[in-house]
Amino acid sequence: MNNLLPVPVLLPMLGAALALMLGRRPRAQRLVSILVLAGVVGVAGTLALQANAFGPQTLWVGAWPQGFGIVLVADRLSALMLTVAALVTLAVLLYSAGQEDDEVKRETPVSIFHPTFLLMCAGVSDAFLAGDLFNLFVGFEILLFASYVLLTMGGTGSRIRAGSIYVVVNLVSSSLFLIALANVYAAVGTVNLAQIAQRVPDLPEGTQALLQFMLLIVFAIKAAVFPLSAWLPDSYPTAPAPVTAVFAGLLTKVGVYAILRTQTLIFPHRPLTELLLVVAAATMIVGILGAIAQSEIKRMLSFTLVSHIGYMIMGIGLATQAGLAGAIFYTAHHITIQATLFLVVGLIQRVGGSNSLDRLSGLLITSPLLAVLFIVPGMNLAGIPPLSGFIGKLGLLSAGVQVGTPLAWFLVATSVVTSLLTLYCIAKVWNRAFWGTPVAYSKAVADEDEEEPLGRSEGPMPPIMVAATCGLIGLSLLLTVFAGPLYQYATEAAGSLLDGAYVQAVLGEATP
Amino acid sequence: MTGSVTLAVVAGVLIAAGVYLLTERSLTRILVGVLVMSNGVNILFLVAAGPAGAPPILDMFPIDKMIDPLPLAMVLTAIVITMAVSAFVVTVAYRSFQLNGHDEVSDDVEDRRIRELAERDDVSDSYEDIGFSDTGEDRVSE
Repeated sequence: MNNLLPVPVLLPMLGAALALMLGRRPRAQRLVSILVLAGVVGVAGTLALQANAFGPQTLWVGAWPQGFGIVLVADRLSALMLTVAALVTLAVLLYSAGQEDDEVKRETPVSIFHPTFLLMCAGVSDAFLAGDLFNLFVGFEILLFASYVLLTMGGTGSRIRAGSIYVVVNLVSSSLFLIALANVYAAVGTVNLAQIAQRVPDLPEGTQALLQFMLLIVFAIKAAVFPLSAWLPDSYPTAPAPVTAVFAGLLTKVGVYAILRTQTLIFPHRPLTELLLVVAAATMIVGILGAIAQSEIKRMLSFTLVSHIGYMIMGIGLATQAGLAGAIFYTAHHITIQATLFLVVGLIQRVGGSNSLDRLSGLLITSPLLAVLFIVPGMNLAGIPPLSGFIGKLGLLSAGVQVGTPLAWFLVATSVVTSLLTLYCIAKVWNRAFWGTPVAYSKAVADEDEEEPLGRSEGPMPPIMVAATCGLIGLSLLLTVFAGPLYQYATEAAGSLLDGAYVQAVLGEATP
Repeated sequence: MTGSVTLAVVAGVLIAAGVYLLTERSLTRILVGVLVMSNGVNILFLVAAGPAGAPPILDMFPIDKMIDPLPLAMVLTAIVITMAVSAFVVTVAYRSFQLNGHDEVSDDVEDRRIRELAERDDVSDSYEDIGFSDTGEDRVSE
């Protein structure tokens, strides 16, 4: 029993209600959402410490007898994800607080950004903490709904176009999720993850395979794994910078988390190693080749996002403790770094008036600070030692070498090539946007470009936006400095995924 | 557990019809597809619930005669979620109609760009048109 568990879900929901009521008072609204997310950070950190010290924390909501109710579980993995997610959302919220004075307000007459953002945080927390499949579905739906609204905010042409694709894709995956749920319930008579894990091995081989594939496909759509990733680079870049940042950082990672959770918990006896490794390699290569071809920084980053999902899938596919630990560490690293880069692109767009590489030049002279803000997370994404990206990749590589099958070696080679190509992408942005002579921003040229999002404002960088970005970069550097203990934590998290501590913690309390 | 074949077939037909409608371009048709499909999925939950029985109220009916209430609760949640989705899709379709005069889902930017390049028959600067002859002798077009 741990009564802290529902707090990360309830607090943002109550905050969202309060923020909606304060819609006409932007200052009060901002204060409420920042306080709420700071509270969530505190609770999530506490949960992570408790999960590390005392094992998985559980709460049967409503205290129904014998495990009939809804269960919330925070083991090391979900508590770590929750903490990183809360920290990133807090930073993004601060960034948008600096931005919204001139940008967001012009696009949304009623201030719906904060309530929706908080609801999305509630959904993300719910998905991380859910102890049964149906609650996971509900968590996904909460965060998806909030994301639909955030993505189409302002209702401009390009956002409606991108939003309709995003909505349709997610509707299909949600329906598939429900079909999978109905099948799971028909097969084992429960939706509780721990009970499913106990009952699935008794099922016929074919049924097991069907359930496993259905759950994998559902979450692979949400996580943008290669054959199912085409929607992502098309829908993300049109949204405002903070929205894209939090989507890129969190939403796909919730999918990765769900794959990690279901595959290791329900089907530990039959890992889909070959399939996942092949898919991971394809995701890495196709994603990064797409990124190379782009000339807009936001689109390029969306493609690198797809590409780097491959690293996490590789860790899950290896299915050893080292591989899972690498995947967990890499997920935590990638949440922070991808969000940071999108925030920096927001600043680039502000200073340079565009995010197209054809228009930008000489930003190094115009704004040296911005160059530092870009190059540090950029190098981190590419995995330059000693940054956390390097540590995560090294962990995955050594896990791949340990497994040592030809396919694992192929993955090792693929991931090295991918990180070199990532470095090429970062260098390309550096060359074309930061070097050279500064060009004067011309309004006439920008107006010709129809894909340019509306409501953009150019000018100096507000200090809050810079501070928030710096905060996230600081967080990613902390991941580097404390990589030792963190990697230890990730390894223990992977260990407890494999030794069945989750099932014991959930069912041990239910059947005294 | 015994399931009803009729219900399973109905669910299959509804889902198939929904998927067919989802492949349409117009958002309104997609919405109809979503509604039909979600009804099919809900019926799948009824299949999972087993044969019909007495209402699941404790102390009123014998427990072995009751229907399993959990899938029904899940169907209820799913219906609410579908309702919210439909409201949102209708809004998007209407806004799209306001902006473009139609509610069709357009191609993504990347596809359009590649198609334009193909129509212009554009090649990159480093591209060389090299033909290989059967005699082993390479000829380079001028």
